[in-house]
Amino acid sequence: MTTPRNEAIQRSEPVSAADEPRSLTGSQILWETLVREGVEVVFGYPGGAIMPAYDAMIQYPIRHILVRHEQGAAHMADGYARASGRVGVAVATSGPGATNLVTGIANAMMDSIPIVCITGQVPSSLIGSDAFQETDITGVTLPITKHNFLVTKPEQVVAAVRQAFYIAASGRPGPVVVDITKDAQQKSTDFVYDSSPVRLPGYRPDHMPLREDVEQAVEMIHAARRPILFCGHGVIEANATSLLLELVRKTNIPVAATLLGLGGFPATHPRNLGMMGMHGEAWVNKAIQEADLIVAIGMRFDDRVTGNLKTYALKAKKIHIELDPAEVNKTVKVDLPLLGDAREILRLLLPHLRKLEIDEWIQHIESLKGESAVLEIQHLPDHGRLFAAHVIHDLWRLTEGKALVVTDVGQHQMWEAQYYKHDHPRKLITSGGLGTMGFALPAAMGARLACPNEEIWVVAGDGGFQMTAAELATCAQENIKLNIAIINNGYLGMVRQWQQFFYGGRYVATPIRSPDFVKLADAHGLFGVRVTTRAQLADAVRQARENPQTAIIDFRVEQEDSVYPMVPAGADLHDMIRRPAPVAAHPIYETGRDE
Amino acid sequence: MSPSQSPTLRTFIAYVEDQPGVLNRIASLFRRRGYNIVSLNVGRTHEAGISRMTFVVDADDDTARRIEANLYKLVNVLSIEDITRVPSVTRDLALIKLSVGPEKRAEVLQLCEIFRARPVDVGPDTLIVEMSGDQGKIDALVTVLQPFGITEMVQTGTVAMTRGPIGAAAQATHPSIHPRRVA
Repeated sequence: MTTPRNEAIQRSEPVSAADEPRSLTGSQILWETLVREGVEVVFGYPGGAIMPAYDAMIQYPIRHILVRHEQGAAHMADGYARASGRVGVAVATSGPGATNLVTGIANAMMDSIPIVCITGQVPSSLIGSDAFQETDITGVTLPITKHNFLVTKPEQVVAAVRQAFYIAASGRPGPVVVDITKDAQQKSTDFVYDSSPVRLPGYRPDHMPLREDVEQAVEMIHAARRPILFCGHGVIEANATSLLLELVRKTNIPVAATLLGLGGFPATHPRNLGMMGMHGEAWVNKAIQEADLIVAIGMRFDDRVTGNLKTYALKAKKIHIELDPAEVNKTVKVDLPLLGDAREILRLLLPHLRKLEIDEWIQHIESLKGESAVLEIQHLPDHGRLFAAHVIHDLWRLTEGKALVVTDVGQHQMWEAQYYKHDHPRKLITSGGLGTMGFALPAAMGARLACPNEEIWVVAGDGGFQMTAAELATCAQENIKLNIAIINNGYLGMVRQWQQFFYGGRYVATPIRSPDFVKLADAHGLFGVRVTTRAQLADAVRQARENPQTAIIDFRVEQEDSVYPMVPAGADLHDMIRRPAPVAAHPIYETGRDE
Repeated sequence: MSPSQSPTLRTFIAYVEDQPGVLNRIASLFRRRGYNIVSLNVGRTHEAGISRMTFVVDADDDTARRIEANLYKLVNVLSIEDITRVPSVTRDLALIKLSVGPEKRAEVLQLCEIFRARPVDVGPDTLIVEMSGDQGKIDALVTVLQPFGITEMVQTGTVAMTRGPIGAAAQATHPSIHPRRVA
């Protein structure tokens, strides 16, 4: 706890048993309710319309992290939620404070992350008058929240906040905004906390499959000769990893993961195949195209996973275990949807399943793996150069695969997904659906607050890192220890790769100049070191880990390397661009390093 | 253009909480997901705090199912039912103003009689007729009245109610008498 506190301010009795009605302001009721919801830390930025709430916060056992931009607050709440499985909370003022949250809210919506954003609003008498710092934030966030509330009276605060937490965390999780007018924060009302379960007659987030559907699924699984399991984000959200392991132990079916499903099934498990989709392993995508049964668990057949829908997994019958009925048959038509929580459905399936005779299929996939290995960059020499894939691989080795890694968006994200083998859930935090550059640093800070004892690594590109680099100051002020690996190639690398493949090599607006990241770390009173060869890597990682403060390693990697394999957007899943063979001199450009 | 004439037109009934912004949430969902609204009607019911909507959309089977699933996810939507294939009574209400003087008035009223439309306002040179029916019937009346000089027309969206006992959407609005499916 390093937040400076004004010791002169007396804490009034925090959170009483409170069956007796007490007269409290809307602001006090807000914090009373948040504390009862188990909130210990909030990420925010004060301003005019939220000042009454901030003024009351000091009376409550809440740690506040002062961000440098509200987008950071939303991403921190997001990272906190992903790392802990609890609801993350961001606080902002009206108008620009609220609109700055928008990217973070959309990010949480796309990846089904439970966050609650509390925003101040102009006094209710001024709503609709274009008052100073007025924005219709419930209107703005309507399509990117699971639900939102406009609170104009102190009497409405308890119910809105409790419902917000319930909606955010239950069913398919998602972000909820609670917009509270300044007068609702200031006025007082009798406060009695009602701890009875939240009642929302129109909200029924739970589903259970029919018994005959479960029986049919068992029959379909037993009839399969080339089955494959998909581990999606829903496995992690439902805490279903142990049941998935049990299912694989019983049936021997191999498992492929989506980007957000990585870690939901152990990467080093013999039946684990790896990631599917646009930058998935070649053998995984080939196996999907040859499979006769797909059991998809908690995933939504995103376009980055399927490629061309007309040619996607045509030979496979599909069982879709999914909590959200609106995701069933959205893109891929399935033969049997099982609606409900992944954990509950696996529990229903398990007693009926037996071992499948699929040795031939497993051997076939192994042979596909062997075929791919010749193009594998891990088997290529570095010739003194620094390849991003080598950096991630070495990082995995040096941290013994145990770190919690938070990535940004782009090439480094895909390399991380390919080369850092996550054996446990909630150890990879990444922006999947929205693909939000600038996500990594603030999300990692949120994860740190949720998991004070984890070793946390940020893996970011030089482009994305600069989008939210201001939060380094927050790291320094709040003594938040992170290790930051900047995969610095001097380009917006993924866009550059697309320009190379699909736009005639015209690198329009992708070369990007960065500040000296070592000096930037120094300017914040943090530790920084530069790495230009693979030989320097281990020592730099050691220094970063040993340093009690946040440490930045500026990895100056190969500038024009690309992520392979790649299924071009909309192409057939088996139609992959492969890494050029070692002899077929793929031009490795000079890096233009000045060291 | 009634649902029975075109298989791609779907009619839904939804019960929603009578709260500010609910219509906005529903309209926003349709816009965001690219669903085509043909008509939308919302009004109070006999129960306080509960509104009932009827909406007609242009959608195939699969889209219709997803519209239902997406609307179901809205917290303020209490229940929803696709009644396209359920025997139902559907009605639109139209008001039609004509520029008609005394010399043609009798003729117009005679035609209205056939359609069971009725005059609701008569002036020296104007006439307003009111008619309820499905879209096809309203269209037919408009065709017949057109030569007499229609100066204004307004019509509601479709409202619908299933025939027979209490409809599924109405029943589902009361979860206590609508037990959840369990495996």
